[in-house]
Amino acid sequence: MAISEVTVRDAELLAIEEINAAGGVLGKKLEPVVEDGASDWPTFAEKATKLIAQDKVATVFGGWTSASRKAMLPVFEKRKALLWYPVQYEGLESSPYIFYTGATTNQQIVPGLDYLKEQGKKRLFLVGSDYVFPRTANKIIKAYAAANGMEILGEEYTPLGHTEYSTLVNKVAEAKPDAVFNTLNGDSNVAFFKQLKAAGIGADKMPVMSVSVAEEEVKGIGVDNVAGHLVAWNYYQTTETPENEKFVAAFKAKYGADKVTSDPMEAGYNAVYLWAEAVKKAGTTEVEAVKKAAGGVSLDRPEGKVTIDGDNQHVYKTARIGVVQPDGQIKEVWNSGEPIKPDPYLKTYSWAGGLV
Amino acid sequence: MTAPVERAGTTTPAERPETTALAKGGAAPDGPVRRWQGSAGFAAVFTAVAVLALVAAPLLLEPFRLGLLAKYLCYAIVALGIGLAWGQGGMLTLGQGVFFGLGGYAMGMYLKLNDAGGDLPDFMVWSGVEELPALWKPFGNPVFALAMVVVLPVGVALLLGTLVFRQRVRGAYFAILTQALAAALVILLVGQQGLTGGTNGLTNFFDFFGHDVAAEETQRGLYLIVAAVLGVLYLGARQLVRSRFGRLLLAVRDGEERVRFLGYDPAVVKTLTFAISAGMAGIAGALFVPVVGIISPALLGVVPSIELVVAVAVGGRFALAGAVLGAVVMGYARTYFSEELPDAWLYLQGALFVLVMTLAPKGLAGLAAGLVRRREARA
Repeated sequence: MAISEVTVRDAELLAIEEINAAGGVLGKKLEPVVEDGASDWPTFAEKATKLIAQDKVATVFGGWTSASRKAMLPVFEKRKALLWYPVQYEGLESSPYIFYTGATTNQQIVPGLDYLKEQGKKRLFLVGSDYVFPRTANKIIKAYAAANGMEILGEEYTPLGHTEYSTLVNKVAEAKPDAVFNTLNGDSNVAFFKQLKAAGIGADKMPVMSVSVAEEEVKGIGVDNVAGHLVAWNYYQTTETPENEKFVAAFKAKYGADKVTSDPMEAGYNAVYLWAEAVKKAGTTEVEAVKKAAGGVSLDRPEGKVTIDGDNQHVYKTARIGVVQPDGQIKEVWNSGEPIKPDPYLKTYSWAGGLV
Repeated sequence: MTAPVERAGTTTPAERPETTALAKGGAAPDGPVRRWQGSAGFAAVFTAVAVLALVAAPLLLEPFRLGLLAKYLCYAIVALGIGLAWGQGGMLTLGQGVFFGLGGYAMGMYLKLNDAGGDLPDFMVWSGVEELPALWKPFGNPVFALAMVVVLPVGVALLLGTLVFRQRVRGAYFAILTQALAAALVILLVGQQGLTGGTNGLTNFFDFFGHDVAAEETQRGLYLIVAAVLGVLYLGARQLVRSRFGRLLLAVRDGEERVRFLGYDPAVVKTLTFAISAGMAGIAGALFVPVVGIISPALLGVVPSIELVVAVAVGGRFALAGAVLGAVVMGYARTYFSEELPDAWLYLQGALFVLVMTLAPKGLAGLAAGLVRRREARA
């Protein structure tokens, strides 16, 4: 399991422990079975099949990257089992057997663009890892830019795991954009931000808006390299809600005081609670009944109020833009004021008409 | 579905497995060992394995486990090809994933088009492709697609082999070249998202030649097909190794220059063998797609290609049966370790490789041959 996946698993195990301590669900204790997808798509499908067919689990929480979800999707649809996917993703999907507790594009990327526009950042440079999420995200960004009088100065992709960014940083420096929109994945961010800093490009001159850099990644990148840059998520460790205070304290108590919490972890943590709530409402763990009961389930979670949209099985979430602080935490500088209705196909955005 | 059993069972090759013979001699010429080969031994072992695989496994294993075994056997088909090219021919190929992928994508494209029924495949819709690309059109025809499963990998291997072996490129240079090819193919597939599905690959298949691909009967049928194909290809490869061509291949492996001075063209021998191993990988890829339900760049890059070579090394590269055994053992070990110890299984998989290589440099097959020899010496 990669580092980020481990932290999501830990958050989910914490939720299960808490629910059990409060008496379980329908009078029964939850018993977790942990499997490792090994960051390998067919293995995700294999393990999902094992959990459903052999362990006969009530539901599955997990997945990391869209490719893993796409590989598991047929398994869940054909076996009519439930998957709760905890990571923000590129939208354009709505499987009847998947609940999406991370953000879809209109809850993360679009608000990120709204913020940049509000700040007068009209000339953007797009940097991403070469896989489905960045490519789709950038298609959306380009459509948004065209409709909002913004200019895209460049669009560059590097292979997953790429760590040589001097050429790309030169290109960015030459193009002189107002801001960079960054969809790089994992370790590539470390190299990118380091080389950006080495080239003397600071957040004051050219802020980078990242959608895959959370508290956990900030630690890896080195806070010196990324402080002052922007991120778009729905949750930060610093988000001020009573539920978050409890979540952060419980997580540190269980896993260590040096641990941080992040958006995907919180979305995984929420997923367990949302499922438990739907099961209580349905009075059974039977999949079709849980699906039916899940629509409209609403809970106060660390990120604020979350509500399951029964139509597309995504979740209403508040968008939050943050700035990375010198202490490695992220300070919120803007939020959407209220939870945004999930719109995975961007049907309510006129500029997105040509996308799907 | 039971036909292959009889076929496999009644094919009684005349001699004992070369596996033991070659394992004994290692890289040395195989002359003296043939004398202790008997026909009954091989026939008995092969029949037993065939019955176990084709009759016992489908009866005893739950559908989920049978599906996993089918996956291991797909890898075993690739391993058989590697055993032929590397073990017998001395060509260390670190890019079998390329051929596996070509076969897999050919099958995947057909299944995708068949499911779409005249519409665009799902991933093209969300990648913004509006018209079916010309490259895809012929793959709507099952006969064409199935032909391509073999023709594409064999064609690429013939071309590559002709270019490379004529120039007398071999050893590490050949290995690096095949590895680069695998890396290049991955970059190509990932970059052309609208055409190939990008990193996600092709997934979510419904119909396999009129059968629901997720149904238990279909999966059982697929397992039997995979097992039968493996059996037939194994017998074919074994026959090839024991033929005049096979002896020439061994000679090329052990002394290419000498073979050239004897008037043979080693490049032809190597190219043909490489193409056969590529064809096997292509067939394995095509079978893998309906069995596992996905083909993606991650399955055919450098790492999975090397993992298969490792599996062959563990099983014993000088024996075809060792290659097959290695793929099944490593596949099973991967599943077992990852289920029992989700946190540490990658280390265990690595440890297994190190352990086998230190204690039995000729792999499991070499170990088995050693035991047989010792018993015979005592007798």
